[in-house]
Amino acid sequence: MTDRPATSPGWLHRITDSDIWWSFKSSSLTVVAAVGTLLIVVIAFLSPVLAPHTPFDPATLSLSDGLKPPVLLSPDGDWAFPLGTDDQGRDILSSIMYGTRLSLVVGFASVVVAMTIGIALGLISGYFGGAIDALIMRIADVQLTFPAILVALLIDGIVRSVISVQRHDEIAVFVIVGAIGLSFWVQYARTVRGSVMVEKNKEYVQAARVIGLSPLLIMVRHVLPNVTGPVLVIATINLGLAIITEATLSFLGVGLPSTEPSLGTLIRLGNDVLQSGDWWITVFPGITLAALVLAVNLLGDWLRDALNPKLR
Amino acid sequence: MLAFILRRLLQSIAVLLTVGLVAFSLFRYVGDPINSMVGQDTPASEREALRERLGLNDSPPIQFLRFIGNAAQGKFGLSYRTSEPVGRMIVERMPATLELSFCAAVFALFVGVPMGVYTGLYPKHWSSRLMQAVSLIGISLPTFVIGILLILVFAVWLHWLPSFGRGETVMLFGWWPTNFLTVKGLQALILPSITLGLFQLTLLMRLVRSEMLEVMRTDYIKFARARGLTNRAVNFGHALKNTLVPVITVTGLQLGALIAFAIVTETVFAWPGVGQLFIQSVQFSDIPVMAAYLMLIGLLFVLINLTVDLLYFVVDPRLRSQGGAARVAGH
Repeated sequence: MTDRPATSPGWLHRITDSDIWWSFKSSSLTVVAAVGTLLIVVIAFLSPVLAPHTPFDPATLSLSDGLKPPVLLSPDGDWAFPLGTDDQGRDILSSIMYGTRLSLVVGFASVVVAMTIGIALGLISGYFGGAIDALIMRIADVQLTFPAILVALLIDGIVRSVISVQRHDEIAVFVIVGAIGLSFWVQYARTVRGSVMVEKNKEYVQAARVIGLSPLLIMVRHVLPNVTGPVLVIATINLGLAIITEATLSFLGVGLPSTEPSLGTLIRLGNDVLQSGDWWITVFPGITLAALVLAVNLLGDWLRDALNPKLR
Repeated sequence: MLAFILRRLLQSIAVLLTVGLVAFSLFRYVGDPINSMVGQDTPASEREALRERLGLNDSPPIQFLRFIGNAAQGKFGLSYRTSEPVGRMIVERMPATLELSFCAAVFALFVGVPMGVYTGLYPKHWSSRLMQAVSLIGISLPTFVIGILLILVFAVWLHWLPSFGRGETVMLFGWWPTNFLTVKGLQALILPSITLGLFQLTLLMRLVRSEMLEVMRTDYIKFARARGLTNRAVNFGHALKNTLVPVITVTGLQLGALIAFAIVTETVFAWPGVGQLFIQSVQFSDIPVMAAYLMLIGLLFVLINLTVDLLYFVVDPRLRSQGGAARVAGH
């Protein structure tokens, strides 16, 4: 990961020459999923430039624009608000663009947190073995007994009782990233540990040990690069899960606050007015969320099959 | 076989004790239990007396043992939010969650498995491909989005089914409010059960399909056909029966997931179950309720896992012989 020379221009060429690239090109569904994911990511991150409105700046809102239906489905629509507005007069399209950006950032950051914790504990567990391995793996076993969403909810609840409500809203993003990260580390740790136990008896590791390198250096520089394949697969599959988990927490009202809404928060706000028939406020963010997760899941499925030597 | 069951029992107890330790640490060290029980102007001497009376000055191992002992009797203290006994709050809400999870599991099993068998037997048929594509979407749609869409279509637009609450319930044995005995109660169950069970349905369908595809290629299926057995006997008596071990594993694990995801479904449909209670306790940092819920879910999961392990012996006669146990342990 810290290996700089590997990212030289020859890297790109190596990718286009590889089996993986060939397998990617030959699966049209995967190409569609990749293009879809890329499109959503680019639009979300350019939302300050592309979004027609700044939905969470109260100064630009007008209540007289409230509850406008989508323009193509009703004569009451307004082209200034193509997907309609919510009860505060916020443009749904712009809210979705900003919300998707936040969902992506939180999802990605929590995958990085989970991956870092998992890889570190997996390396330690596999490399040193013994009592420390037993301890880490037993903790992993107990945590696996519970679904990740429950662990994340519990961590969030504990943080809430330690700090004040106002402070919690300020650092909500970090709490959520930490909670989701801590609930998904087990899979990485188990995979890395398994691979490390195979790798550590190979000659290159013994050679590194003989020339007197420190365990940390051996683990990070020599063992880690050889276990990245499976870790990458888990990370891609977990990205979809992390996005869903964040959305679910926000929907339940224990995630991101409504001043800083992600897709899940938008769906919750829309759900509050669903009974009066204003469906577009909640349905469009829901469709965006589903499309994003579907595209990421398709990529993850493909990557898992492409890197699985048994299926070649 | 006996040694295997004993080992599994010991492991389950270890898991339960660990969960108990987490719940105890939550209860004892996150926030001060005394602060939440007395007013702000209570003098320090009175606080100290209460502390002594509640045994909070004893050594941590003794406190932990007492916590476990109380938990085993269903005593989890008073809720910080409502000042009611936590044990009673959970018992009152448990039937709602169990009935919902049961219906969702029945829905997932009785629709998912046949769909899996069908798509596994006729993988090239257009309807199989359609089911396969729909199941991919089903896996990607988060539970709460499914719930909201169902409410929108069947409650808000069509007015066919209620969108929140349990409808009418009848008391069974004087303490178990049930949905099953009234029309309104049954109607109220439909949308939440579908919402909760849909993910498990798609999962089961995909699992049964891939297992069936694998089994249908084996020699004993060809041989069964050669013997002139009917399609039904081959498909269900020979093929489906041999896909059951992974199906039982996944069903068991997913039963636990159902009860956990009931949290989301109960919030969407304002279903008065334990999941809703747990969400409220997270929002209000009501630690005793959180600790009790954690213990309860831990117990349920351990019981489910044990049952699944025992069921292996029922469906797979190979395991009843000596040495088979080691193979299941590696599952």
